[in-house]
Amino acid sequence: MASSKSARLDRRKFYADPAMVVTIAILILFLLLFIVYPLGMLLVDSILVKGGGFDFSAFPRIFADYTFKNAFTNTLQLGVITGIGSTALGLLFAYVDCYVKVRTRVLKKLFDVVSTLPVVSPPFVLSLSMILLFGRGGLVTRTLLGIFDSDIYGLHGIATVQTLTFFPVCYLMLRGLLKNIDPSMEEAARDMGSSRWKVFTTVTFPLLLPGLGNAFLVTFIESVADFANPMMIGGSYDTLATTIYLRITGGTYDTTGAAAMAVVLLSLTVSLFLVQKYYFESKTAATLTGKASRARMPITEKSVTVPLTILCLIISVFVVVMYVSIPFGALFKLWGRDYSLSWKWFEYLFKYNGLKAFKDSFVLSFIASPITAFLSMVISYLVVKRKFRAKGFIEFVSILAMAVPGTVLGVGYIRGFANGLFRSGILQGIYGTGVILVIVFVIRSLPVGTRSGISALRQIDKSIEESAYDLGAGSGRVFMSITLPLIKDSFLSGLVTTFVRSITAISAIILLVTPKYLLVTTRINEFAEKGFYGVACAYATLLIFIVYAAITLMNLFIRYFGTSRHIKEVERS
Amino acid sequence: MSKQKKGVRIEHISKIYVDPKTKKDFYAVRDISLDIEPGSFVTLLGPSGCGKTTTLRMIAGFESPDEGEIYIGGEPINHLTPNKRDTAMVFQSYALFPHYNVFDNVAYGLRLRKLSKDEIQKRVGVILNLVELNGMESRMTNQLSGGQQQRVALARALVVEPGVLLFDEPLSNLDAKLRVSMRTEIRRIQQTLGITAIYVTHDQAEAMSISDRIIIMHRGVIAQQGTPTEIYYHPNSEFVADFIGEANFLPCRVVSVSGSEHRVTVGGAVVALECDDQHAVGEDCKIVLRPEAAIIGDDGPIPCKVILSCFMGSYQNYHVMVGDTLVKISDACPINKKVYRVGDAATLRFDRNCAHLL
Repeated sequence: MASSKSARLDRRKFYADPAMVVTIAILILFLLLFIVYPLGMLLVDSILVKGGGFDFSAFPRIFADYTFKNAFTNTLQLGVITGIGSTALGLLFAYVDCYVKVRTRVLKKLFDVVSTLPVVSPPFVLSLSMILLFGRGGLVTRTLLGIFDSDIYGLHGIATVQTLTFFPVCYLMLRGLLKNIDPSMEEAARDMGSSRWKVFTTVTFPLLLPGLGNAFLVTFIESVADFANPMMIGGSYDTLATTIYLRITGGTYDTTGAAAMAVVLLSLTVSLFLVQKYYFESKTAATLTGKASRARMPITEKSVTVPLTILCLIISVFVVVMYVSIPFGALFKLWGRDYSLSWKWFEYLFKYNGLKAFKDSFVLSFIASPITAFLSMVISYLVVKRKFRAKGFIEFVSILAMAVPGTVLGVGYIRGFANGLFRSGILQGIYGTGVILVIVFVIRSLPVGTRSGISALRQIDKSIEESAYDLGAGSGRVFMSITLPLIKDSFLSGLVTTFVRSITAISAIILLVTPKYLLVTTRINEFAEKGFYGVACAYATLLIFIVYAAITLMNLFIRYFGTSRHIKEVERS
Repeated sequence: MSKQKKGVRIEHISKIYVDPKTKKDFYAVRDISLDIEPGSFVTLLGPSGCGKTTTLRMIAGFESPDEGEIYIGGEPINHLTPNKRDTAMVFQSYALFPHYNVFDNVAYGLRLRKLSKDEIQKRVGVILNLVELNGMESRMTNQLSGGQQQRVALARALVVEPGVLLFDEPLSNLDAKLRVSMRTEIRRIQQTLGITAIYVTHDQAEAMSISDRIIIMHRGVIAQQGTPTEIYYHPNSEFVADFIGEANFLPCRVVSVSGSEHRVTVGGAVVALECDDQHAVGEDCKIVLRPEAAIIGDDGPIPCKVILSCFMGSYQNYHVMVGDTLVKISDACPINKKVYRVGDAATLRFDRNCAHLL
């Protein structure tokens, strides 16, 4: 091993910087308390018997349990279908975007919007419109086709909705990869006599394969962790996430069983996440390195462009119709029977606590945003730019939180904080208050912000911070005066992403919210469950507006005040 | 401008890294000792991976040594963080703050020192004048050319009046012509301010033209140190001779020694040359001969055969064979001289004080 002298000196220099030591200590405490501890409690819960002693009987018990077995199979089945569907759809849109000449600019724009729209929309919006269009009283099924016993609830419903919700994630990932493929490789294949199809199957597709695996796993995890869609459109098709929720809230109140199921679900997502992160991501990076040397000539042959464009168009129209049906769902008097316009659902919304729900959701999300954005920038700075011993822990835990399903986190918080820390009553005060909701929002968005911060910081030359440090600035000063301004865009997008994710969150929150707070998402869920689709749509419409306003505001802000524009120019020169 | 110049003393420092592939320790820097006088310009020169940048970063405080101690102005500084050291560094990538304009970039270090607004204004003005950037205060750094960015980086380091100025290959991102004019500029400013400077580069021409002393590093250790002339004409190893400029190595055998005069046999001839190191009679040595010190002609002592003759503009480039050894010759101003063709027989000679014996 290297001699200990440099390590000792490094340590001494490290402790000479109290601001950083305190920051790191606080971060570690925060991550331990709100991620590691509640998840650890789940594990303990599932093997701890009341009155003391350990017992693993909960696992054999739930493994024998029919409900569990059923939910487990369903979850896997759904994950595989959604994963394949989203990856295929993502590939289609990404390929058309990067390779195919789309005739009109309008179409190009439409595909662009459709393939990024669902990323920012509330999670259950598509479920809601699916019911409106294809449900028992659906516009398409009943009014247009005259089918009265249409059953959209179940696997096909969830899988469709999830595929449409998650394919943009695949699209963005795959588009990034396709852009990195050097066109010369494909041109070389063409030059040697390959057809377009042959080029795709022998060059493009094999290069993309690890990326496709990556995309599949990411959506698989998302699908498995998804709570809102199976809840709304699943019918009797229960997944692990909904089963856990029903165990906790239903009559049985089988917390040990719920904890054991949560452990199973968590192990599933975490192990897949680790495979994805450490195997597929590095493999993707290995096959597709560097940048394309020049722009690609788009494919113009009609035999390619026409079928692909039509396919994309059909899907786009479908998605657009689904989104459009939400505001109309709120404006029609009674969906399925009376299609005359009226404000009555909005009036209903405001008459029955609607304003409070929006205020609560807004305020809590608004508080969580700057905390998350700042925290994730600090974590990224420490991870990318500094060397210290607990760095691996901080990076691992804050990124790993991405793989924790909201439901699992929710159950963990119930078990971890309902009676205080280790059931001692300490910190019990936060349970049932807005504080714990804000913390959940922060934890749920932290991985996203951290990931974006890390990739933004990796772009920045290390010596820029070193020179500030060298000129006499302490690490706090370096962070505030140099690092943060340089990753302002990432900070801003962290701010808005957190806000959007929080105001549309439901899975963890639905287990923790108390009647003191009304949240928009839980209201939508309640109304949709009761079949009050008009009100649910009114809520969803306003929610979508808020989300879009936030995102538009961010984009405007970045365009006029962002730093990346001239930083990017510097990099280019 | 008042300035406290500081000397740097390095005592037996080593830096050990772990090879990421083999997981084995290796010395990036091994047992280096240096004494750099206040106000002098010292260059650490060597091929990539020789440990020069690591040494510089240890002086700045970004890396901690595994052995040894570094002193600046007589004070041990191993335990100090970079922001507490009296050094300022000019980085290879300039490392300008892209969100600040020229003035704010230069003023950054002064603001940290909590100087008054007027004082900052004054000092930045003086420095920008020195680097000939006055009038550019409000430009953003991306609106500057490479050379101007380099000057901002220099000004930013100079303005805090550091005891020691550190340069980490500052000119490697500039084009060849600009590099030459910038190094003259850096030398001029360093002389004007009388500041201590430690400069890292892998470009030997740059090192020769700019330094009071050159320290040649190779595989983590010092290969040779001395003034540019000493190193050029009296290299102590083939590595140094080859690294600093071009060198021919002619195998020879010592036949007699008197004082510094050595007579050696080479290519069948006996020639005399000066060498301060004593070599024993009968010892097999090598003559280090610079291409421009090798003279091609018809009446020299050493016969040779031309195998390449190439007009380069300012000189004629020859490759000749002396026995089995290839010798490169640069013959200046070929227009006034006889030009040999490939296959010609010729002879080789050199002045006795222009060659060196290894």
